[in-house]
Amino acid sequence: MTDHLLEIRNLSVEFHTAAGTVHAVRDVSFHLDRGETLAILGESGSGKSVSASAIMNLIDMPPGRITSGQVLFGGRDLLHLSDEARRDINGSQIAMIFQDPLSHLNPVYDVGWQIAETMIVHGTPRAKANSEALRLVTRVGIPNPEGALRKYPHEFSGGQRQRLMIAMALAMKPDLLIADEPTTALDVTVQAEVLSLLHELQQETGMGVLIITHDLGVVAEIADRVVVMNAGEIVEAGITREVYHNATHPYTRKLIGAAPGKGRMHQPGAEAEPVLQVRDVVKDYAGFRALDGVSFDLMAGQTLAVVGESGSGKSTLARILLRLDEANSGTALWKGRDLFTMPPSELFKIRRDLQMVFQDPTQSLNPRMSVYQLISEAWAIHPDILPRAQWKARVAQLLQQVGLRPDMANRYPHQFSGGQRQRIAIARALALEPKLIVCDEAVSALDVSVQAQVIALLDDLRKTMGIAFIFIAHDLPVVRDFADHVMVMQKGRVVELGTVQQVFDAPQQPYTQALLAAGLDPDPDVQTQRREARLALAGA
Amino acid sequence: MTHDPDIIPAEPGTLTRFRRMLMADKFALAAVIFLTIVVLMAILGPMLLDASAQRQNLRGRNAPPFDLDQGWLMILGADALGRPLLSRIVVAAQNTIMVAAGAVVFSALTGTLLGLLAGYSGPRTSQVILRMADVIMSFPSLLLAVIVLYVLGPSVVNLIIVLAITRIPVYLRTTRAEVLEIRERMFVQAAQVMGASRWRIAMRHILPVVFPTLMTIATLDFAFVMLAESALSFLGIGIQPPDITWGLMISQGRQYLTTAWWLSFWPGLAIILTTLSLNLLSNWLRIALDPTQRWRLEMKGRRS
Amino acid sequence: MSSFIRKRAFASLISLIGLVVIVFFLSRLTGDPTDLFLPIEAPEEMRQQFRELNGLNDPLLVQFWNYLGDIVRLDFGVSLRRAQPAIDVVLPAFLWTLQLAAITMALVTGAAIVVGSLAAFRVGGIFDRIASLTSLIGASAPDFWVAIVAIVVFAVGLGWLPTSGTGTVWHWILPVGVLFIRPFGLIVQVVRGSMISALSSGYVKTARAKGVKSRAIIFVHALRNAMLPVITVIGDQAAALLNGAVIVETIFGFPGVGKLMIDSVLQRDFNVVLATIMITALAIFIMNLLIDLTYALLDPRIRY
Repeated sequence: MTDHLLEIRNLSVEFHTAAGTVHAVRDVSFHLDRGETLAILGESGSGKSVSASAIMNLIDMPPGRITSGQVLFGGRDLLHLSDEARRDINGSQIAMIFQDPLSHLNPVYDVGWQIAETMIVHGTPRAKANSEALRLVTRVGIPNPEGALRKYPHEFSGGQRQRLMIAMALAMKPDLLIADEPTTALDVTVQAEVLSLLHELQQETGMGVLIITHDLGVVAEIADRVVVMNAGEIVEAGITREVYHNATHPYTRKLIGAAPGKGRMHQPGAEAEPVLQVRDVVKDYAGFRALDGVSFDLMAGQTLAVVGESGSGKSTLARILLRLDEANSGTALWKGRDLFTMPPSELFKIRRDLQMVFQDPTQSLNPRMSVYQLISEAWAIHPDILPRAQWKARVAQLLQQVGLRPDMANRYPHQFSGGQRQRIAIARALALEPKLIVCDEAVSALDVSVQAQVIALLDDLRKTMGIAFIFIAHDLPVVRDFADHVMVMQKGRVVELGTVQQVFDAPQQPYTQALLAAGLDPDPDVQTQRREARLALAGA
Repeated sequence: MTHDPDIIPAEPGTLTRFRRMLMADKFALAAVIFLTIVVLMAILGPMLLDASAQRQNLRGRNAPPFDLDQGWLMILGADALGRPLLSRIVVAAQNTIMVAAGAVVFSALTGTLLGLLAGYSGPRTSQVILRMADVIMSFPSLLLAVIVLYVLGPSVVNLIIVLAITRIPVYLRTTRAEVLEIRERMFVQAAQVMGASRWRIAMRHILPVVFPTLMTIATLDFAFVMLAESALSFLGIGIQPPDITWGLMISQGRQYLTTAWWLSFWPGLAIILTTLSLNLLSNWLRIALDPTQRWRLEMKGRRS
Repeated sequence: MSSFIRKRAFASLISLIGLVVIVFFLSRLTGDPTDLFLPIEAPEEMRQQFRELNGLNDPLLVQFWNYLGDIVRLDFGVSLRRAQPAIDVVLPAFLWTLQLAAITMALVTGAAIVVGSLAAFRVGGIFDRIASLTSLIGASAPDFWVAIVAIVVFAVGLGWLPTSGTGTVWHWILPVGVLFIRPFGLIVQVVRGSMISALSSGYVKTARAKGVKSRAIIFVHALRNAMLPVITVIGDQAAALLNGAVIVETIFGFPGVGKLMIDSVLQRDFNVVLATIMITALAIFIMNLLIDLTYALLDPRIRY
């Protein structure tokens, strides 16, 4: 028998879908010891979550089926235990936390009840469970713990919700904690805090942690060892530092190479003319000030990155510049004319110059229109751009320009991958021959390797067509390789504005420094230093 | 850098696709076949069988079913005047279907338009429209029908209008709710950024997305309206003899319940089977028209 | 909370006024009640006197205004047919209907929740198939036909149950049983659909990861979430029953408000018609308010 806390041997899982049988996990083996953190790294569809679900008996069967393998935990093969026996293990010896804590907490019960429930189903008396819940909530750092127990999930912030999930998972002091993308939806500073909390709790309890992630930075921050998965198979496994520096498999190398924040930074020339001058923009939403005196210049053919965490007002800024929302005060001069006070007829003409690419191409492309219809709609709205006879040829040309094949014009959005969809959205924006494209988190929903490709495409368009970009992101490294200037926002205000080099190499404001320190570097050595710097900053 | 994973191979045409999805659901298939027969009955029935449906036959009064001595038309028996029930059911299909179809089309069109208007106009117009819908909703629909038919006289057209009015709020509310949700979606904002007009957004972006939901509701509503029409005819304020509908046939058979149960039974069965088919079709449509649910049917179709 | 109630009350008030307007003018359009109440040979003098007495000589608008004033004082006038205050005719009938609706809905809700939840737990299983098919058939059956068949079978054929009246428990079985079928069919389907999506949600996954037992997952974690859309449908169905299960009441001779309404319209007893409508509308308004409060009770995210 094995001495490992958890050992997966030759696990294979398949799913029956419309497209036939999908081999989600193929012959996967790995192990995890007490007190150790193992990361499973992979992009979407790599099978990383399915492996974890197999451990927790969370795979729906059918359509899923475990075709072979063993899941050894404490010397027993979990796959051969009864449902009842596995229920006893779940929550008490193995616990799990999930990516999106809002949807994974029951919205209609207060969190105190939900945390106590973990203990009650495993035989703890109610009174003891309640007092224990209070201790746990205090431990994970929720302010006013007594009041918090009576509150409902929607009354907490995203980071607090994940802390509550952790409290719930640790209630029975499990030997193994599985964390499925636990920090993906969180802001960088919150992400760093949650990962630190997980690390501390592991030190206290000596549990094994299995963390599933797509983010090399998370691996570098927390994992002792890493398993890299691609298309259902393990392609590489080893000590985190070893894998990072001496990756042998081409896929691993590609993944590491695609990590943003490594390239040469832009050196914007000073000779450029401003095309857009924004001054003192204020926007209030029912007593809440979303934008508070935002001013900046955008130079022709350059990229301005707007960086900030959720609630910083960066998306509101995009909506206001494109007149999807009205500003309360301020001006935005586009070639000398104020966008905010322009009459509708003039605005209609100017819309050709200003285009937008949205965060999630799945939602920004009408699912019932073909690619041809999506792109040519621009000319149906602005008939003077292109006569109808030339639409077909131009659509083909645009598709090629964004790296797609012209014969894809008759397909529908759901037939494309995420990266391809974002290319379609870019082609649609280009159809109007704009001078400025606002990208609102345009690459955040994409896998790392695809992210790099889309950014390269945008930078190429900037160079060849002289389009200016406002690039909104929550992730600093993504911006580093692409921006000329960076504007950091917090709570509706501009905190810092400078060239990319100024902001990254010599940040002036504490908030920018904290943001940079909280960002996770894919290099484990760099990340170790950064963690120390961050802790020092927090201590100061 | 490698390329994105290859896209899914081109899909078969819409028609083949729907045929396959229909084959995958045996219940829906049966429902479609039955409804096709009913529609054919409604269109051709009066032409073919009107004469036999009107011919009185005193020897065959309340003739029991399954007796082929008097010809195959008598297989379901005959009514109090000796008219074959089979012919009468076939002929009655026309009025029954026409009233239901007319009411559904009328209410769906009006309701959808008002819903689009309510979802897209300012708060005041929207409130007026919604309050109107409330009034209709809080009004006992059968009572409204009784009063209106009493005033205007029970004709097919009036019946259609009354039934349509009572169903307008269903489409209105659904459309409005969906419009409010869809207009916040990103593809609508993308169209706004391109400069699309409100009309274009409503017609090109919002309506096609609401359409499947409306189709599903309309199918279900067809069944509902059929039942309501039958109820009115049963009460004697719907269609008047010599015109017939299935509901009226049930009503006419009621007084012979104890001696000749088949007079009411067969038309009732026709109603049940038709509404059941519509319900099954609506359930199937709900899945078949939803791109995220469709795979369930396509998967089954492949396997079988 | 109180501002919510005030807002709702205001909206309902507008709807109620709309109702009064429609009913009042529609019912006056059905003809002069004088012709109905006095013998044909009645002299003109007598007619005048009758009109004068009942205020029928005033301009329509004045009649309406007077009527509004009376309603505010809860005075619905005198029933022209029965020579007693309309409210005294309506209230007992309403109480009968209220009892019928309450008993039916209590049974429907309990049964539909259990059946729908269990069907959703094993989608495609044998229980699910049976439940889905029965609920579909139930939702498709015209109630008057079911009522007739039930009478033929249970009252006439087997002689087990009485056909009409309200005297004993046995009298209630047929009306409740017939009224049960359609709402049951509809609500089972809604519960099932809502439960399926609740059971595939993240929080159910969490509960499974916590080691919660299947029964507790269904009835504690999923059900309370799944109930939210179900409650709306329960409300709609209850409102339909309160509005008078006209046909079932007619067939079973049940002295409820639906039968009263139809009889009064046919007899042009306006005051009773109006009183009936206002009382049921008020009851439905109170019920909707209760439903909104239940919503808030079940879902902490809703705060009015």
